[in-house]
Amino acid sequence: MINSNEIIDDIANKEYEFGFSTDIEMDIAPPGLNEDIIRFISAKKNEPEWLLEWRLKGFAAFKKMEFPKWQHFEMPKLDLQALSYYAAPKKKIQLNSLDEVDPELLATFAKLGIPLNEQKALTGVAVDAVFDSVSVATTFKGKLKEMGVIFCSFGEAVQEHPDLVKKYLGSVVPHTDNIFAALNAAVFSDGSFVYIPKGVRCPMELSTYFRINAQNTGQFERTLIIADDNSYVSYLEGCTAPMRDENQLHAAVVELIALEQAEIKYSTVQNWYPGDKDGKGGIYNFVTKRGICKGAASKISWTQVETGSAITWKYPSVILQGDHSEGEFYSVAVVRNKQIADTGTKIHHIGKGTKSRIISKGISAGRGDNSYRGLVSVGPRADNARNFTQCDSLLIGNQCGSHTFPYIESRNKTAMIEHEATTSKIGEDQIFYLNQRGIDSEKAVALIVNGYVKEVLNQLPMEFAVEAQKLLSITLEGSVG
Amino acid sequence: MLTIKNLHAEVEGKKILKGINLEINKGEMHAIMGPNGSGKSSLASVLAGRDNYTVTEGEVWFNGKNLLDMAPEERAREGVFLAFQYPVEIPGVSNLNFLKTALNEIRAYKGLPALEAREFLKLTKEKQQLVDFHSNLMNRSLNEGFSGGEKKRNEIFQLAMLNPQLAILDETDSGLDIDALRIVSNGVNKLRDAEKSFVVITHYQRLLEYIIPDFVHVLYNGRIIKTGTKELALELEERGYDWLKEELHLKESV
Repeated sequence: MINSNEIIDDIANKEYEFGFSTDIEMDIAPPGLNEDIIRFISAKKNEPEWLLEWRLKGFAAFKKMEFPKWQHFEMPKLDLQALSYYAAPKKKIQLNSLDEVDPELLATFAKLGIPLNEQKALTGVAVDAVFDSVSVATTFKGKLKEMGVIFCSFGEAVQEHPDLVKKYLGSVVPHTDNIFAALNAAVFSDGSFVYIPKGVRCPMELSTYFRINAQNTGQFERTLIIADDNSYVSYLEGCTAPMRDENQLHAAVVELIALEQAEIKYSTVQNWYPGDKDGKGGIYNFVTKRGICKGAASKISWTQVETGSAITWKYPSVILQGDHSEGEFYSVAVVRNKQIADTGTKIHHIGKGTKSRIISKGISAGRGDNSYRGLVSVGPRADNARNFTQCDSLLIGNQCGSHTFPYIESRNKTAMIEHEATTSKIGEDQIFYLNQRGIDSEKAVALIVNGYVKEVLNQLPMEFAVEAQKLLSITLEGSVG
Repeated sequence: MLTIKNLHAEVEGKKILKGINLEINKGEMHAIMGPNGSGKSSLASVLAGRDNYTVTEGEVWFNGKNLLDMAPEERAREGVFLAFQYPVEIPGVSNLNFLKTALNEIRAYKGLPALEAREFLKLTKEKQQLVDFHSNLMNRSLNEGFSGGEKKRNEIFQLAMLNPQLAILDETDSGLDIDALRIVSNGVNKLRDAEKSFVVITHYQRLLEYIIPDFVHVLYNGRIIKTGTKELALELEERGYDWLKEELHLKESV
């Protein structure tokens, strides 16, 4: 992995010599964040004027903002001027064979049972023309089109469906929301766009994995999903394999819009590079995810399994605007070595009879530090709002940390809000008991952890759940004894 | 099958076992009795490999292999089973899933393929009936919220499922009412065969009315001070341990 990074750095530096203003064909822009680069990105993508305006507004907001200080970790020093904000899509380093890939990465693939072709795609090895998923993707695309489902890259949506994009872009996460959302608004690279028409139940799980052309969309991804009246969609983000990734900062934005009686299920399995055991390197995963249940009786459900990244910092949230709408948040966050997670959710009950359910399972091992931070707010109009929160922490070893910051704000007397929390430790007694039945310590931990997170994994689509389970075992390997 | 020679062990610097010698052959039922703090449960823990015990002297051989060289899970896979005095609760892990994992780990160690779901369930049903274990406990989390009696019965059920060569029952009778005691004992008796050996650790002779031992050993102050047959247990019930202590002039070291 280090080698490929070096190669990429080399190339990045080489391209820099040519400078971007003179060479329209260049792949990587020079470091630096300014209006010119934003105009350049927008022009490169052939964007309409209104979108450029919006980006510039985002940039203006960004300039006025400072990094937050309330988080439960030391903010890493980020030099945003040192980053390059444009790289041509899909011109990745291509390795010739898997022999050139980090053997440790390959060992993990083997444990996860990732097919060879997929391994190649993930590590950037040139893939044969007969790559199964390509044909699968084509078949899927045809079927989706028949039903009127739009599933494409964000860039494509801007060109093909500008009205929809214009109507909903920034409607849930405004460009002024927070410093990273503002940054994303200014420089977002690409991402995914989904529109499910009225009354359509999307017949398959939508996943970026099947949308080959949108891979490698970079560090400032933007996803917009709109479920029209009475529709349903389940969307999978990410991949259980460790992604080769040369970007340190990831500041993505995801917006979900559920109209009347629509349902959106959004699942994430995140396994980015966590840094080494001393906490060197690793991804900063600073993502803003928010959904709005705009229509009555609509529903949004977030499920996340977060095992990677040096710092995971995000609060997938739901605004329950429509009466009787429902929001859910299921989360497993694992930290080990020196990883940090500060994650949770915000649920805003605005409409009458709105319901929410929060199940958070934190697992801390090594010197990892895990925080659950959550807000449940009930507005004055939200009669008979209901919330149930369960927030569990599991500790492995005695050097890790686990913290809970639940906030509850209720401005309606009829609201019912429940909060349950537990902290437990994988005890030596438990491990010994399982040892005595022939189960070694690694498997014992896996068994206990999988039992602990079952309620969340059950929310994931079947295949994803199986992979997530394997991933958890691998992540926690060596964390005991 | 099991040979213990001059076994010494300590925990946190405190000497607990001070020279245990014991020979157990195939198919034998040994009872180990003794007053509180004599080292009975420590012996069980040392044999199972609990890591807060340090063996300072002596040897333990199991089917010709050095047991003390093995990790706890290897001992289990070799066929040493400990029925715990205080079975541990593991929330979220179903009894069924736990047993399947354990069974297949042991099978893999022996070079056998994992049991298919259907075979596994068949075996489960059969053993449930054998030791009279409620099927509604199968899908519950391992020992979580089980009553004391249910936990002990679960130990015997696991014993039936895993079918070890040597089963050490550490005060399995403690905390059981008379009905539960009978059910547990019946289970153990049904599992006795010519290949399997038992070490039953108990305070009370009561258990030995149901499970008839071939040998009774009295453990006192880290040593076996007397070995006899089931009649010895009756004598202990009647006379307590003091006469033995006197007999051995050990009273001053209490």
